[in-house]
Amino acid sequence: MEYLKQLSIFLENKEGRMLHTLDIIEELNINIRALSIADTSEFGILRLIVTDPLKVKEELEKKDFIVKLTDVIPVAISDEPGGLNKILRLLSNNNINLEYLYAFVEQQKYDAIVILRLENMDEGLKVLEEGNAELICPDEIYSI
Amino acid sequence: MIWDEKIECMSLEDMRELQLKRLQDVVTRAFNEVPYYHKRYTEAEVYPEDIQCLEDIEKLPFTTKTDLRASYPFGLFAVDQKEIVEIHTSSGTTGKPTVSGYTKEDLDTWAEVMARGMTMMGIGEDDIVQNTHGYGLFTGGFGVHYGGQKIGATVIPISTGQTLRQIELMKDFGTTMLIFTPSYGLHIAEELHEMGIKPSDLNLKVIGFGSESWTDEMRQSIEEKFEVPAYNIYGLTEVMGPGVAMECDQQNGLHLYEDHFYPEIIDSKTLKHIPEGQSGELVLTTLTRVGMPIIRFRTHDVTSIKHEKCGCGRTLVKMSKITGRTDDMLKIKGVSVFPSQIEKALLSIKGVEPHYQIILTRPDNLDQIEVKVEASPDIFFDNVKELVGIRDKLAEAIHDEIGLRVNVNLVEPKTIDRVDAGKAVRVIDNRNLK
Repeated sequence: MEYLKQLSIFLENKEGRMLHTLDIIEELNINIRALSIADTSEFGILRLIVTDPLKVKEELEKKDFIVKLTDVIPVAISDEPGGLNKILRLLSNNNINLEYLYAFVEQQKYDAIVILRLENMDEGLKVLEEGNAELICPDEIYSI
Repeated sequence: MIWDEKIECMSLEDMRELQLKRLQDVVTRAFNEVPYYHKRYTEAEVYPEDIQCLEDIEKLPFTTKTDLRASYPFGLFAVDQKEIVEIHTSSGTTGKPTVSGYTKEDLDTWAEVMARGMTMMGIGEDDIVQNTHGYGLFTGGFGVHYGGQKIGATVIPISTGQTLRQIELMKDFGTTMLIFTPSYGLHIAEELHEMGIKPSDLNLKVIGFGSESWTDEMRQSIEEKFEVPAYNIYGLTEVMGPGVAMECDQQNGLHLYEDHFYPEIIDSKTLKHIPEGQSGELVLTTLTRVGMPIIRFRTHDVTSIKHEKCGCGRTLVKMSKITGRTDDMLKIKGVSVFPSQIEKALLSIKGVEPHYQIILTRPDNLDQIEVKVEASPDIFFDNVKELVGIRDKLAEAIHDEIGLRVNVNLVEPKTIDRVDAGKAVRVIDNRNLK
């Protein structure tokens, strides 16, 4: 399975920077599937899952943003107590370290989706596949 | 009281005669003993015998910080290294410092000029001098130390920092003279205020301050907070250290010890002398220095000089307080810093673009440096830990280069102003020093 392409964008932790970024994406008429922020008091990283990551990257770079495409893995989890624990236990039992994760709810087909970034992506993907985690095909995410 | 009345109250005529004799001597020694001067003077076809009057000094080439650096480390010594008993350095623009070497006689001269100045400030053998200037390669600490001991005062070599300790000693020892940089002095004043200690609880008589740019308002604030007069001390490591010129009780200029340091004021563009009383760049020549003669050193400090009999009785030439620089050197916490040093440190990290800005502030009277650096794809990672790591690495590189702690901040690309034609605005100084 291919990885999902996440946008990682450098942002200063300053009033209006986030809105400015999202305005550009809105103008492209591109939908944001999921969003997460990791920051310090001065700067941070805005992580986005969008329907057309390449186009957004190109457009943001034209406007001098620093953008990287990062491989992540989307996994469906059941919306019940312990739903996420199963996935994390699977990774932990196989000594796969988590860099970060964030979740979003999707109402049509899956209960909830977690986006995983692992220290060893290839090894982690194998573990998830062998552990029968419900991996979601990236195209499905882009076209939600 | 006047420490050396013969010199400090000498007639202009006698002073000029003394200066000429010493100038001829130092140029001869430099030409004969220092390859740098020998080469420069030979190239310029000017020789010691061409110095027939003081004005002839204009025939000699200037010496710059770049020249000193090119002679690193001991190239400008006019004596065997075994005759040199002490070395100090000041920061350079490429990481290599400029070296200043002193023989025993040079240290005596240094002590002598500081002794004159400290006497002028009204202290003597009964006094206790608390010296908060740093002891080390920086000349501030030792200059004051030697001068204080020369006049027989009791010197407390405490150095900068440990403010609570400073205050404790001021009280317990009955410090009568405090030496500090204006910003550190104001910091001490603030601590005193917070601790509820009034100036009248202390035994202070006088303050000597230096090695930082200052304003009349800062002096006024210092005098109000400590309730004693505060006098400026001027000097620079390349020439000697503190004690090149010092203020008397008239507080309207600094007496320059012209029997040891010959001053000229030049137009920094034409490099020609400008009339007495007009403002320009100070150029200094060491008339008596044995270990390392420095001839026509461009200080880049802007001032003016004037001969007049001073209200204090001295006749020594007076120079106005320094009003600026003719280069981009910054004084931060008393340390000389060139923006190019910070640039060099930043560019030593792979992937960093030369888009940066240095912002100076003085919260709580202590200098702070913030360096904004534009992030670039090469130093951006999808990982906060790595981003913070880059920031810390940049701060470390700058610290290694200038010896001061700075706050580095990563900013978005193209957010630091670029100036198309001229130079980018590299420094924003919000310390209100003008």
